[in-house]
Amino acid sequence: MIEYLISAEFYQIMLFWLYSTILIGAALAVVTMRNSIYSALFLILCFFSAAALWMLLEAEFLALTLVLVYVGAVMVLFLFVIMMLDIKIKPKSGMSNYTKVGLLVALLMGIEMVMLLGKKLVGVLPQDDLVKHVQGHSNVKEVATSLYMKYTLPFELASVVLLVAIIAAILLTLRRRDDYNIVNPESQVHVKAKDRMRVVKMDAERGNYIGGEE
Amino acid sequence: MSLIHYLVLAGILFVISIAGIFINRRNVLILLMSIELMLLSVNINFIAFSSYLNDIQGQVFVFFILTVAAAEAAIGLAILVVIFRQRKSLEVDNLNELKG
Repeated sequence: MIEYLISAEFYQIMLFWLYSTILIGAALAVVTMRNSIYSALFLILCFFSAAALWMLLEAEFLALTLVLVYVGAVMVLFLFVIMMLDIKIKPKSGMSNYTKVGLLVALLMGIEMVMLLGKKLVGVLPQDDLVKHVQGHSNVKEVATSLYMKYTLPFELASVVLLVAIIAAILLTLRRRDDYNIVNPESQVHVKAKDRMRVVKMDAERGNYIGGEE
Repeated sequence: MSLIHYLVLAGILFVISIAGIFINRRNVLILLMSIELMLLSVNINFIAFSSYLNDIQGQVFVFFILTVAAAEAAIGLAILVVIFRQRKSLEVDNLNELKG
């Protein structure tokens, strides 16, 4: 008994329950919090505990990527947007019809999933414990081999997706202001001489010399 | 730990985020967060299967999902900023322009 309590398996099980409890609690907090900045902070906690769970599953590269990309970039973007927009917090207004329908839909989906898992898949799923890799096994190397050897083209297409996202985000949020002294290069290139200069025909006049008589 | 634990966890997470999309009437921002949570639960499924079946392709797929989700978050937030500039609020009930 005591040997089991200090074994690595028991420790792993305890970690799983700890992280998954935190994950579900934080997810509940995300969807129920009234202040959106608290939601964002709880979402960070969600991502962090999910990364810990992925570590338990021996997917180290993706766990680190989740922390770096999501907690480091996406959630910071969320927090920036929340802080820049002046969102007014409205008082809570009871359970609306949408809430009831939403809870019903969620409940039905949950029941469906449990039925599927409990009835259909129980004999099909692999029942054995996690495949434990030997020490020194590199998950990063494995992912990289697959990514660069087999999925080179999709990997490069992913960069195109990111490029499209950059351009779309910039174009959407670009503000065109009227009171801005900005020169449009296109109109500058297309300008003709007659747009700029007007030749006036007039008779020559005798001017009065200011300096007096010559 | 067996695979079924991870599957149930991902299922609970997915259901919570579905409920979050319906419950939330105040803020489009939290809808985006719910979508992120849904993607996270799908990713947990992918990684659990990949780990238990000892097949690395699931993790490669999660990598691509992460890329697309990051792009989606960026564009979603940009749209949200534009909505806020025009309406001065982010309430879901105000977004009924397409109702006709």
